[in-house]
Amino acid sequence: MKSPTDMRMPNTAITTTDRRAVRVKMPACLARSAFPMKITFLEFEQPVAELESKIEELRFVQDDSALDISEEIQRLQKKSRTLTKEIYAKLSAWQISQVARHPQRPYTLDYIGGLFTEFQELHGDRGFADDPAIVGGIARFNGAPVMVIGHQKGRDIKERQYRNFGMPRPEGYRKALRLMRLAEKFSLPLFTFIDTPGAYPGIGAEERGQSEAIARNLYVMAELKTPVICSVIGEGGSGGALAIGVGDRTLILQYSTYSVISPEGCASILWKSAEQAPEAAETLGITAPRLLGLGLVDRVVDEPLGGAHRDWPAMFGALSGALAEAAAEVKARPLDEVLNARYEKLMRYGRFKEA
Amino acid sequence: MSWFQKLLPPKIQRRARENKKSVPEGLWSKCPACNEVLYKADLENNLEVCPKCGHHHRITARKRLDVFLDAEARREIGAEVQPLDPLKFKDSKKYPERLKEAQAATAESDALVVMGGTVKGVPVVAAAFEFKFMGGSMGSVAGERFVRGIDAAIVSRSGLVCFAASGGARMQEGLFSLMQMAKTSASLTRLARERLPFISVLTDPTMGGVSASFAMLGDLIVAEPGALIGFAGPRVIEQTVRETLPEGFQRSEFLLEKGAVDRIVDRRKLRDELAASLAMLMGCSARAA
Repeated sequence: MKSPTDMRMPNTAITTTDRRAVRVKMPACLARSAFPMKITFLEFEQPVAELESKIEELRFVQDDSALDISEEIQRLQKKSRTLTKEIYAKLSAWQISQVARHPQRPYTLDYIGGLFTEFQELHGDRGFADDPAIVGGIARFNGAPVMVIGHQKGRDIKERQYRNFGMPRPEGYRKALRLMRLAEKFSLPLFTFIDTPGAYPGIGAEERGQSEAIARNLYVMAELKTPVICSVIGEGGSGGALAIGVGDRTLILQYSTYSVISPEGCASILWKSAEQAPEAAETLGITAPRLLGLGLVDRVVDEPLGGAHRDWPAMFGALSGALAEAAAEVKARPLDEVLNARYEKLMRYGRFKEA
Repeated sequence: MSWFQKLLPPKIQRRARENKKSVPEGLWSKCPACNEVLYKADLENNLEVCPKCGHHHRITARKRLDVFLDAEARREIGAEVQPLDPLKFKDSKKYPERLKEAQAATAESDALVVMGGTVKGVPVVAAAFEFKFMGGSMGSVAGERFVRGIDAAIVSRSGLVCFAASGGARMQEGLFSLMQMAKTSASLTRLARERLPFISVLTDPTMGGVSASFAMLGDLIVAEPGALIGFAGPRVIEQTVRETLPEGFQRSEFLLEKGAVDRIVDRRKLRDELAASLAMLMGCSARAA
């Protein structure tokens, strides 16, 4: 079995400085490409993709010729926006889960770079290893010290492997637990960012007590004596997501999903074929508006047109505002009231009738 | 029906079916572990443990509670809580249909049965999962009954024992089911505050969302021999890591070796052993029988 250290790669550590650059500029991965934004389009966005490539072509022509075609470019850009709006107005649950997994979607460290200052990453569970699929540390949010914990996916193939595709192992949950305790001890509000396909189904993960690690976090978070604000920023995959997802407020980004099982997993069990994933996605009720309607999340944070990946700074601004409001609401009340309210909220989960 | 049966006149067909029924079915059963053919009554009298090899067969929730609790002063808790279909969930079948089928097959209204009473005189609330009810899956009803069990334990100053037998969270209730993990785990903080013990008994199988919540949060965690216990299912792991799983992987004995459970106790000794544990933790003593 590979140990987590085997998979560590050099130069993957993200320092505070290069992350802070993200604050004002475009994300590094996007800024590197030929144009400020080379968007990866999803299958259902193909009409938009075609329009955008036409716009790109025209821009090339524009550079070379004296003829002014900027009007034509503007017209096409407007058309592209309208088309995007139309497509995004009627996304199916399955399409939304594709957006939630978009390879250019901002991840936890991107939000940390965009929303927080003075971030210091803290590593390791003190027992076995450091799990790169969960990151965490102390930082400042609007000047106030806080604790941040989140799942971390990788951007390129190497980093994806290093981050284990955002699938934590037990030591990840235990690192998170350690940081939660630290937050409690120093009265730091805790912000968590959820973005994982789920817990890692591995031999070592089971040997080291994956179940216990998740369960312990649920228990501790239920009575952690500090405000806890959870945000689902991408995929909220099952127990692996919930393990850092119990708190006073649960926010979810508009095109994120939160589910008891992945649509593919559900389909392969109930339909005996992963091809039925779109149906499963629909019936599982995994989208933000649906979950808000069911009372399972507290607030939906709107994303920029075409999804968070289209405009990171706008997304950072929207989430920052929502987090500030949520934290202010929680902090306005005495802590014992907050804890009671958290408990009552947990007890209200569930739909049943009484005969 | 074979082509030959189709040719028979209806009267004979009916008689053939009746004859089949009149043969006492299920008088014998074969132990999957040692292949011994066992007289069913023997197996039942032995708490569904194979008298030859000690293999623990699955046992229904009612029977589990029946053999665990003292006969007197039992009361069922949370039976009034009944399932709904909040998502209008539908795969090849509608969720309400699946519920009805499970209810007909098990005579239970959902997958968790909770009872208050005593075990050898020690006050206890005992919960047991019915695996035959949709794989013992935990949805809103199981979660709520568990919490009501804890509330009752606090009121009656009882210990809590839960016999888990579950494939995990119930997909048909979507995120509501996932949240039952948080709900049940959170409710244990209240029991702990009262310094009342929780003994979690892991039986075959204890997986997924049940394993990754209250089942692993026992003050004592006891497993029955040979039970499959884990988070991810063995097949999922095998597909992910593309390796053959080690011998005995995710079985009780494996978990004991890895330090995940306190003890492995034979089902035939569970009542005595758990009564003794509870009595020691609660500072009282258990009756002789």
